Amino acid sequence: MIEPVKGRIFKFGDNINSDVIIPGRYLIYIDPEKLAEHAFEVLGDGYPDKLRDFQILVAGRNFGCGSAREQAATALIGLGFKAVVAKSFSRTFYRNAINAGLPIVECADLVDAVSEGDEIHIDLASGEIRAGDRRLTFPRIPDSVLELLEVGGLAEYLKARQLRNTGGGQGG
Amino acid sequence: MRRPVVSESGTRRSILLKSIPMGMTIAEKILARTSGESSVVPGQIVDAYPDLVMSHTATWRSVNVMERVGATELYDPDRIAIVLDHIAPAKTEKNAWDQQKSREFARKFGIRKFYDIDAGIAHLVLMEAGHVAPGDLIVGTDSHCTIYGSLGALGTGIGYTEVTSVWLTGKLWMKVPRTVRIELTGAFPKGVFAKDLMLRLIGQLGADGCTYESVEFYGALMAGLSVSERMTITNMAMEMGVKCAFVPPDRMTEDYLEGRLSGREYAGIAADPDAAYSRRIDVDLSSLEPMVACPHEVQNTKPVGEVAGTRLDQVFLGSCANAKYEDLVVAASILEGKKIHPDIRFIITPGSKQIMLEAMKSGVLQTLIESGGTLTNPGCGACAGDGGVMADGEVSLSTANRNFLGRMGSSLAEIYLSSPATLAASALRGVISDPREYL
Repeated sequence: MIEPVKGRIFKFGDNINSDVIIPGRYLIYIDPEKLAEHAFEVLGDGYPDKLRDFQILVAGRNFGCGSAREQAATALIGLGFKAVVAKSFSRTFYRNAINAGLPIVECADLVDAVSEGDEIHIDLASGEIRAGDRRLTFPRIPDSVLELLEVGGLAEYLKARQLRNTGGGQGG
Repeated sequence: MRRPVVSESGTRRSILLKSIPMGMTIAEKILARTSGESSVVPGQIVDAYPDLVMSHTATWRSVNVMERVGATELYDPDRIAIVLDHIAPAKTEKNAWDQQKSREFARKFGIRKFYDIDAGIAHLVLMEAGHVAPGDLIVGTDSHCTIYGSLGALGTGIGYTEVTSVWLTGKLWMKVPRTVRIELTGAFPKGVFAKDLMLRLIGQLGADGCTYESVEFYGALMAGLSVSERMTITNMAMEMGVKCAFVPPDRMTEDYLEGRLSGREYAGIAADPDAAYSRRIDVDLSSLEPMVACPHEVQNTKPVGEVAGTRLDQVFLGSCANAKYEDLVVAASILEGKKIHPDIRFIITPGSKQIMLEAMKSGVLQTLIESGGTLTNPGCGACAGDGGVMADGEVSLSTANRNFLGRMGSSLAEIYLSSPATLAASALRGVISDPREYL
């Protein structure tokens, strides 16, 4: 059973593109911590360091639009984010987040219901977010996706499958 | 008052017809075929087996994942294509190691569709080489894979870990998208091109105007619209969030494919007459004007007249959106016998080696260079900030598909986007200019 995610939120607006999340010149890195050093740096204004006290990123519409770069998701993991919630996502970011093992939730009402720094609680298994006295729901995440998130992403999933296939893992 | 260029209407599927098999759209047909289903409906999740999985400069990352996973066997090496297009040739030692890793992988596993740093931008190279046919399903490490819909193939972007997964398993889960039907009426006025149409649409519908949807383009002008312009349409469609975009294949497509597919058979693909569309968007081309996307979002579009006079430092004729042979010809037709403004840097990056060779033979390259341009090797180049990087406060006009903050260097630089014609006219005056004055 996947663990609920708890933490303080940082808020972004609409159409945050993946070039802003992690500029193309840093795609030579795949290490989450290294990517995190440069995440959102084009915004200036204390980014990315000021994000490090927050565990949940909450955004408006179309978060992660633009380039299909997977590092947009891994950079957020490197910053210490445990989940991303937005009104909507670009499809490439949505897939990449799941494949990177980063819980991702579409919830249209959250961003306007919370303030930066609020602590929220996301129950991924049941599809519920608690923000203070408010309870918001989101469509239940399919078991296949929960399984990917639980093992830490697609690479870990493939690794387990590979071990099974070659007899090196459980049931070998 | 002028009527709006773009109007929308809903044609939602009738609930009464739900149980009766309905016709399918192009995306539905392709996802049905590649998942072994007789029919699929929007929202359904299928396990699809792509005909081709493309990776570009990101290939080394997928190889890394494969090593981490401990896998040693590929599902089908002939379904894998690799093109080293971003940051090519290598700029740093790190780039060189990464490219070396990609080459060694291709050699070790007998990847025959491997193209090295000389070839050009992956999308254009794969279409030129005949690896893309109508009805194909193609996934790749690049959001602009939507461009394959110019030949009737479903192309869509995925991350590098998922590329490894498809290398190993041959498949990936895909959600069947809803399909939007876009009807174009009239013809392009002088000086207006596919790029202007798309900037207009993106401006009107927004960066998430068609998120997760498939888009099909129709209209009387399509029969005469070149594959090059169709590529611009399906490439730029990504900027309104589409999963995939199509110009339905026709005689023009067949002519393009002739001699390229080297004997490979393909069945034509078309939407069924009773296919269900989530909505229909009508676009009247006759009142379209040359358009420009302003910093720092593609949806921030304006008719060229509203930004004419904006001072420029650099213009970039490149990218998978607009560095095809036809694009170079359009720019050359405006620049022929003239000199660009002395304060402007003009970077020419042909989309592929074939395009560059064609432009050399026809004299188009000479025209562009004599006008004051500088030529770089084919590839992604300045579009992704590889060369042609900009300093604080500089302003660029580019024929590429993105103008995001910091994409071409400094986050204090500004990027405008336009058609090759608008770019050429602007290069002459050193400020954003209306191309219609030169055509």
